[in-house]
Amino acid sequence: MKIHEYQGKELLSQFGVRVPRGVFCQSVDEAVKAAELLGGKVWVVKAQIHAGGRGKGGGVKVAKSLEEVRTYAQQILGMQLVTHQTGPEGQNVRRLLVEEGADIRKEYYVAVLTDRATQKIVVMASSEGGMEIEEVAHHSPEKILKVYVDPLVGLTDAQASELAQGIGIPAASVGKAVALFSGLYTCYVRTDASLAEINPLILEGNGDVKALDAKFNFDANALFRHPEIVAYRDLDEEDPNEIEASKFDLAYISLDGNIGCLVNGAGLAMATMDAIKLFGGSPANFLDVGGGASTEKVTAAFKIMLSNEKVQGILVNIFGGIMKCDTIANGVIAAVREAHLTVPLVVRMKGTNEELGKQILKDSGLPIITADTMAEAATKIVAAVK
Amino acid sequence: MSILINKDTRVITQGITGKTGQFHTEKCQEYANGKACFVAGVNPKKAGESIFDIPIFATVSEAKQQTGANVSVIYVPPAGAADAIWEAVEADLDLVICITEGIPVRDMLMVRNRMKQKVADGGKETLLLGPNCPGLITPDEIKIGIMPGHIHRKGRIGVVSRSGTLTYEAVAQLTEIGLGQSSAVGIGGDPINGLKHIDVMRLFNDDPDTDAVIMIGEIGGPDEAEAAYWCKEHMKKPVVGFIAGVTAPPGKRMGHAGALISGGADTADAKLAIMEECGFKITRNPSEIGKLLKSLL
Repeated sequence: MKIHEYQGKELLSQFGVRVPRGVFCQSVDEAVKAAELLGGKVWVVKAQIHAGGRGKGGGVKVAKSLEEVRTYAQQILGMQLVTHQTGPEGQNVRRLLVEEGADIRKEYYVAVLTDRATQKIVVMASSEGGMEIEEVAHHSPEKILKVYVDPLVGLTDAQASELAQGIGIPAASVGKAVALFSGLYTCYVRTDASLAEINPLILEGNGDVKALDAKFNFDANALFRHPEIVAYRDLDEEDPNEIEASKFDLAYISLDGNIGCLVNGAGLAMATMDAIKLFGGSPANFLDVGGGASTEKVTAAFKIMLSNEKVQGILVNIFGGIMKCDTIANGVIAAVREAHLTVPLVVRMKGTNEELGKQILKDSGLPIITADTMAEAATKIVAAVK
Repeated sequence: MSILINKDTRVITQGITGKTGQFHTEKCQEYANGKACFVAGVNPKKAGESIFDIPIFATVSEAKQQTGANVSVIYVPPAGAADAIWEAVEADLDLVICITEGIPVRDMLMVRNRMKQKVADGGKETLLLGPNCPGLITPDEIKIGIMPGHIHRKGRIGVVSRSGTLTYEAVAQLTEIGLGQSSAVGIGGDPINGLKHIDVMRLFNDDPDTDAVIMIGEIGGPDEAEAAYWCKEHMKKPVVGFIAGVTAPPGKRMGHAGALISGGADTADAKLAIMEECGFKITRNPSEIGKLLKSLL
């Protein structure tokens, strides 16, 4: 689960990480009032959307007067902000963060994440702040420093200091950077984050070290013990179909193609999408109905797939293990009737009571195309939508 | 023969009294030597009782002492599953199979590091399979986990995979063309887990009764590549490789917590290229996995 920058900074502050003073706003008047309240002569008006690359898309502006704050707030609120992460349609801006201007002497990068290979927590930092870390990794990987932290021990001051010095934080500010890294690490662990990234981390003229941005991602498996993080969820930033799917405990991801897929199991679901592509089609979604593909879940899945206007055909691929094929066939038939399916449907079922399941589909009188293998199913649905 | 488990394995079921635990324990008992293999359950509140004629003990340690079991399978709900793994590790079992899906990554991170610390301190090593996995099976001998037993057939092909139903798909293809399996192992779809592809490939390589292996992977993480590089140097048997997720977009979690493209090297295409370079026969058609393997024998 992702959160907004202003929420991330709120979290960081709770763990002692210094951030610029700022106010979250939802209207132009609120933005101007926020600037007045903050005082000073320079403010930053920042669009709050979950995607990165906001500055380049025109979603971050530096204002040098209250009038400019007003103008920029008017421009940004309600705009369709297009960044490299939003897709061409962009994301509607509904929230702003107005911050005091910062006296930036130098920009750095720091992030915490979990490393699968070593099963440790990695804190990585770079002298190259303010740009995409992927680019730094590509052009000058030697400028990214990493320390691997044993979660049983935690980030040591020695490790934090090694990073701070390694990325060139001036000696007088190393202590402040160490404190910030420790706070960031603790925040990452205590909130069950899967990514905590500060880019840029800034050194100010007076030697202070602050987080100028905050990007978080949280482990969905751990949200049950973090009501405070769940409260940050902004449904406006999420795909409505994915929200609907999550209500039925379905794993659903929207894609660009025109063939809806309904599969049990994540690996098989991906393999089914791949088969569609291999035989010349394009999947409209990833959808894993899970182990207990009940009639209710299958019906919900059909409705969600069909709410996507691009869908011109559906492929159901179920491996009936514990769940028997006849049960699944009955579920599919009920779902097709309830969802008033009008596009071609190919069903491939394998496993327990396979023949009985196929017979049930046949006897239903519905125009369901059946297939024996994934390849055959993919070929048939690709042909049907052409 | 087989890897990791056989008809003489004796199993403790942690979470035997829950709905999932009960359902699958009954299925496992019904399969091959299941009646003799599943000898104990654990639930501190129901110690002294029994279920399906299996005695329930208060702790894993007690269950091990009383029955001699050296393997456990876990169906405990996510919030307590990592503690259940640790309890089995502290009892010095040989192998723990964690079926539970949805365990917080931090919990797995902590228990995996505690497990490594225990070994570093001279303690006994307990192998972990999973979490979020279907378990493993040695056909006609024993099944520990949630896979449908009847699609398997005894034979000489090893299968290892991160996913459940995609493993069943490959197994069913093999069985259909008359090729049985020595063992089929689901290592699970979580980012922080126990046995990895490389560990299972090592075991299959050393197993005199495995002639060839199907290795199935997914997008995300370095495991398949690591296993492939190891195989290039050491594997004496033919391997067929398949990676799911060629069409998966970066930055989206495809069902499994571990199935997420984060860098550039963990895409399906990158992994397929590495596997091919390391001597695997790869296919992009999930319906061809079984046939491709047969062509290598």
